[in-house]
Amino acid sequence: MLRDAQYEKPSTAALWRPAMLLLVFAVLGCVLLWRAVDLQVLDKQFLQGQGDARHLRVVEIPAHRGVIADRNGEPLAISSPVSSVWVNPKEFIAGAADTARLARLLDLEPRLLERRIGERADREFLYIKRHVEPDLGEQVMALSLPGVALQHEYRRFYPAGEVTAHVVGFTDIDDRGQEGVELAYNDWLQGDPGAKRVVRDRYGRIVDDVESLREPSPGKPLRLSIDRRLQYLAYRELKAAAAEQRVRAASLVLLDVTTGEVLAMVNQPGYNPNNRAEINGQVARNRAVTDAYEPGSTIKVFSVAAALESGRFRPDSVIDTGRGYMQVGSYTIHDSRAYGKIDVSTLIQKSSNIGIAKIALELAPETIWNLYARLGFGMPVGTGFPGEAVGLMPSRPPQRPAERAALAYGYGLSVTPLQLASAYATIAADGVRRPVSFLALERAMAEEQVISPVAARQVRAMMETVVADGGTAPQARVPGYRVAGKTGTARKAAAGGYAEKAYLSYFAGFAPASKPRLAMVVVLDEPSAQYYYGGRVAAPVFSRVMGGALRLLNVPPDDLPGLGSYVASVGALR
Amino acid sequence: MSSLSMAVLVSAISVVYVKHQSRRLFAESQELLREADRLNVEWNMLQLEQAAWSAHGRIERLARDRLKMHMPRRTDAVVLK
Repeated sequence: MLRDAQYEKPSTAALWRPAMLLLVFAVLGCVLLWRAVDLQVLDKQFLQGQGDARHLRVVEIPAHRGVIADRNGEPLAISSPVSSVWVNPKEFIAGAADTARLARLLDLEPRLLERRIGERADREFLYIKRHVEPDLGEQVMALSLPGVALQHEYRRFYPAGEVTAHVVGFTDIDDRGQEGVELAYNDWLQGDPGAKRVVRDRYGRIVDDVESLREPSPGKPLRLSIDRRLQYLAYRELKAAAAEQRVRAASLVLLDVTTGEVLAMVNQPGYNPNNRAEINGQVARNRAVTDAYEPGSTIKVFSVAAALESGRFRPDSVIDTGRGYMQVGSYTIHDSRAYGKIDVSTLIQKSSNIGIAKIALELAPETIWNLYARLGFGMPVGTGFPGEAVGLMPSRPPQRPAERAALAYGYGLSVTPLQLASAYATIAADGVRRPVSFLALERAMAEEQVISPVAARQVRAMMETVVADGGTAPQARVPGYRVAGKTGTARKAAAGGYAEKAYLSYFAGFAPASKPRLAMVVVLDEPSAQYYYGGRVAAPVFSRVMGGALRLLNVPPDDLPGLGSYVASVGALR
Repeated sequence: MSSLSMAVLVSAISVVYVKHQSRRLFAESQELLREADRLNVEWNMLQLEQAAWSAHGRIERLARDRLKMHMPRRTDAVVLK
């Protein structure tokens, strides 16, 4: 009985317990199923988004900045890929030893690095070091520190360095143009960065590229009108002269007369664009474009051209310059000595202030002013160069005699070396003014006749006497070529009048005089060695640079007797 | 009905396949871009190196000092006409 009862009891329990168990399992199964549905269907969006946020990232693909080359295709500015090391301080987990290794690799102070990361612990992005060599970047990633990652960027290199610094300019660390052509043509050079979606692992490394969102479009290349050979020549000579004459600053502009292209443009002081630390506003200025000076006697070429154009004067018209001083209004005008009765040509050769003042006072008040305006003084040259100065020009023709005279010998207005060079190139091109260009031109731009060809040619002949014996600048001569030019020595304006012992020394001219090809302006600001006359300090620079440039460009000599070399006819050699 | 579900199945599989293909190709293109980048770095380095070697100042110094060259004098030139 007991035994039966013992058998009986479990049999009822046996029915109840499996049912219970099954129910529990069914409920558990339902819970799991519900959870699965919940995660997979109801919360899918949210979860997927969170997952992606942890692994998928949109990464910017930097665009290659266009190369700047000289007119012959020699590179002047190149972008090269570099890596920037950054860290996500929130994810950065590294022992002191690892941080020290990272710092050592990047040449940083370990404690400083640790402090910098610690200070920004709540941020998500912090550059540790920018623009390192790609190889070094790989070494950093090989440390496998969580939170440390690389960003690909481009860095700008300037192979010609200081030689082309002022024209080309430079970019900032984010690859945006800051000065010069880099700034003026930033939109052209700069590409549009692309974007792609990537999968990152917990170290922040990119493990898989998922899709391309936007292709990067690279920047376009730019070909400048600069010729690197001429640029170097001009740089070398100007730098040597600047040191020798102990100047405050100096500029040189070399233009192609036939096209208006800038072949060389250099300034002192200069700087190395590859080293941003040494750049400051004083050295970074392209003074040939941004600084306007009173042109002094170099302007006489144009006032004489105006006089010849008016028909009132001819190259052999005689002017009495008297005893070397003349009273105009309350001013006294001086010549360096008494020249007596001289013709207009001698006026240019000797640079007589009185002669040109007398001419100016005989002409109608607007004659000279009009010609200056046609040459573009007081107006932008139109190159779009950043910081371009327009100079100073009276807004209407001056009426008072003293002002009219001053305008004729180069005071009371200011021009940039580039404006002056463009005006000289206009005389050289028989009075045809061509727009100045920093870019290599495929075809000539619109030109304009602003001075009568006859007057321009007559002035050119006079300018040749300047470098002849008895002129103000025999040192501007170039063996084998006829040179036409004009000196200038202007007193610098200072507070309340003109400075006593501060001068601007000029030489401006062109060659070969028979068929001008190159026009050049040399300006030295406050030469403080022995001499300060333009014919003494600026003319030698002109001679050396012009001589070298004509030779480099294979311009045929037009002064063979002056060359004193053997001249053989091709027929005789055969 | 069966043909429709068949079509759905085929299209589903081809979506997966195409997705896979596109990822593979994109990864490949990224690989090639990296290669292009690497070559670009090298090309830039070579250009910079060439610019450094052919700097006018250096050429001039070598010509004058090591090779003892000088500018042709006036009497050295023969002008052909």
